[in-house]
Amino acid sequence: MSELSALNGAAFQGTVTVEDAGLQGMITLRGDLASAKLAKAVKAATGLAIPAQRKIGFGDDRALAWMSPDELLILTPYEDAPAIAAKLAQALQGEHALVQNMSDARAMFRLAGAPGVLREVLAKLAPVDLSAEAFGPGDFRRTRLAQVAGAFWFDDSTTARVICFRSVADYAYKLLCVSAEEGGEVGFYG
Amino acid sequence: MLILNCPYCGVDAEETELHAGGEAHLKRFGPGSSDAEFEAYLFARENPKGVHFERWRHANGCGKWFHAARCTMTLEVFGTYPAQVSEPPQDIRDKITAKRPGWSWRDIK
Repeated sequence: MSELSALNGAAFQGTVTVEDAGLQGMITLRGDLASAKLAKAVKAATGLAIPAQRKIGFGDDRALAWMSPDELLILTPYEDAPAIAAKLAQALQGEHALVQNMSDARAMFRLAGAPGVLREVLAKLAPVDLSAEAFGPGDFRRTRLAQVAGAFWFDDSTTARVICFRSVADYAYKLLCVSAEEGGEVGFYG
Repeated sequence: MLILNCPYCGVDAEETELHAGGEAHLKRFGPGSSDAEFEAYLFARENPKGVHFERWRHANGCGKWFHAARCTMTLEVFGTYPAQVSEPPQDIRDKITAKRPGWSWRDIK
């Protein structure tokens, strides 16, 4: 278990606030998402239903994201991740499924700011249509952030979260900071 | 810019999110095959001006391999389809026929 998050709480104030979101529990679940047994196990372990394609569902302190047709990402408080992963693995015994606590392999950033600028900061880095009609809270997108793989979603119109591999956290953080630098506003999303 | 719709996650992914995987629908010839078959499997590739079938991977995304039918001359995309097939599905062939009557690719028409 790691005691420090990748950027150890670094924060940057530009056109939006970019900050290391701290330690975040992330569990990868791979298996047949159409399986009733899997859905039941996920519901029992997280209290959340399996999200639709490219969606993320939120609970009190957890979330469930659709990663691919056979992969889910479970977001939980960091301390709870091992127990939830163990519970899930137990429930899925005999199923063709894999549960792995990936918390220490990933990093998460929290971006907060005015809705338009927030979208812009992400849109500069990813080949994704970030207009409000195309992408809103509840949507989840795996893509690239400049040269590295990443994913993001919106908690609400003024908060976005970005995840990437911990090994590239420094790169992703600097990228987000440059994208959020004062004077770099484009004004495309109003 | 080439934009392909990933049949697994439904994203209209542009080129930089994808990784090209070469020609589609190759049949593998391994141990026990003739030298000619093995050589053709390893080296003989289509290089058409027009209709072509390719493999692509949604590398910066859901990570799945899929197939794409497109025109190498105009970059027009006729369609994409899942990887679990050994030849293009009929609906993709129909779409190509509608736009490129009389097309052929290897022994597919």
